[in-house]
Amino acid sequence: MKYRSVFDIIGPVMIGPSSSHTAGAARIGLVARQLFRAEPAWVSFHLYGSFAKTYQGHGTDVALTGGVLGFDTSDPRITDALNIADTKGMNVSFHEEEAQPDHPNTVKIRLGNGVQELELVGISIGGGKVEITELNGFPLRLSGNHPAILVVHNDRYGAIASVSSHLAKYEVNIGRMEVSRKDVGKEALMVIEMDQNIGEDILKEIEALEHVETVTKINE
Amino acid sequence: MFRNVEELVAIAEKEGIQISEVMIRQEMKIHDRSREEVIAQMERNLDVMEKAVHRGIHEEVKSLSGLTGGDGKKLYEYIQSNDTLAGPLMLDAVAKAMATNEVNAAMGTICATPTAGSAGVAPGVLFALKDKLNPTREQMVRFLFTSGAFGFVVANNASISGAAGGCQAEVGSATGMAAAAAVEMAGGTPQQSAEAMAIALKNMLGLVCDPVAGLVEVPCVKRNAAGASGAIVSADLALAGIKSRIPCDEVIDAMYRIGQSMPSALRETAEGGLAATPTGRKYQEKIFGKSAKV
Repeated sequence: MKYRSVFDIIGPVMIGPSSSHTAGAARIGLVARQLFRAEPAWVSFHLYGSFAKTYQGHGTDVALTGGVLGFDTSDPRITDALNIADTKGMNVSFHEEEAQPDHPNTVKIRLGNGVQELELVGISIGGGKVEITELNGFPLRLSGNHPAILVVHNDRYGAIASVSSHLAKYEVNIGRMEVSRKDVGKEALMVIEMDQNIGEDILKEIEALEHVETVTKINE
Repeated sequence: MFRNVEELVAIAEKEGIQISEVMIRQEMKIHDRSREEVIAQMERNLDVMEKAVHRGIHEEVKSLSGLTGGDGKKLYEYIQSNDTLAGPLMLDAVAKAMATNEVNAAMGTICATPTAGSAGVAPGVLFALKDKLNPTREQMVRFLFTSGAFGFVVANNASISGAAGGCQAEVGSATGMAAAAAVEMAGGTPQQSAEAMAIALKNMLGLVCDPVAGLVEVPCVKRNAAGASGAIVSADLALAGIKSRIPCDEVIDAMYRIGQSMPSALRETAEGGLAATPTGRKYQEKIFGKSAKV
């Protein structure tokens, strides 16, 4: 079931005008920001389907930018996000794409600074709820509604077990987990949605495990 | 976890509890939260709704485009000083629904119910019934849990997205949700809530999402007006003992299939329907300039 909480239906509290095109867009932008773990110097938004057709009218542009700036759906600063980004010297661009996406509200976000870049694809499925469907070329499903960690690791036996048993040691329950890889024995990604947040110390311990490259936390 | 309306009603009947209580208990169980936490969060949503209603009927709200604003207030003032055709309660719900959506269009703070474009229907009905039924604060919170329970079924089995299923998925769903919750608040049974939901949603089937200039304004604000009035009528039908010949779950399924067969032009792309009328196009150009696509 896609929707698991009554507050997916009665909620979110948000700045108008559209739950899918404003609140959902802000949430996708916020996930990108949390994954990037820094304020980007530039960000480009590639809009598909209904997003491409109506993004100005729905404030999708300000919402996406507000999310990347770290604003939540109910943060009134969203309405002024483009100016705030401008003041900070952040280069923001929008691109209307012609390709037909699987879901009508799809956005691809690319962001970076001199050091690193990140690319993710998100969809806004209605009522403010979003899913992240692709991260740096990895297909995935991330609702953004639960605390989650993304673990980049090497595709070796025992890597998944060592991460999950480490979480078990701290009595962290895994709600959903997804594993994907670019090829056998190559770079791989674990997406783990949990019922509670975990601290930086646990993250560092996981990052130190054999075959694990990086661990990124996404809060609720 | 209940998967459809039939299961939702069955749980309520078996346990001898209200639909709202089924929803509260499920939320506590699945998300491992206390009753106090769950109730408190919904009460905060109720506060947001109340503020939006209040603002919309008392302030001269205007959207950035200038297309909408002030009509909720206008209607509210008309009710106070006129012998209306529809009667005060019905129009009070309509005025408060419109007011909420005008606040939304003005990028004000609202609570999506189930979406922002349809955020006026449930609060409109709720705050109109408040004056007639004198509910406690807890009963008003319960209205939202009952609405949420029915919306939960629609979201999981069909859609609450205009881009995916048209306006029937947004205002249609909201109308059904509000109708079902109104029945509970008025003392009806869980099954009567289901009948009200079915009747309300049936009357919204096929409704397309065709926002002028892609803005959540025209016709959204007035569709919320229609939704609020439809919800109250459907609730009264159900309370009178009238049943929907097509069971609620099948109506929801029909809504889903209609949405799937709707052309993309009528699913929140601003390419068809009212958005594509000469006047709709004119507004589009005026607001975004001739260069604007769509």
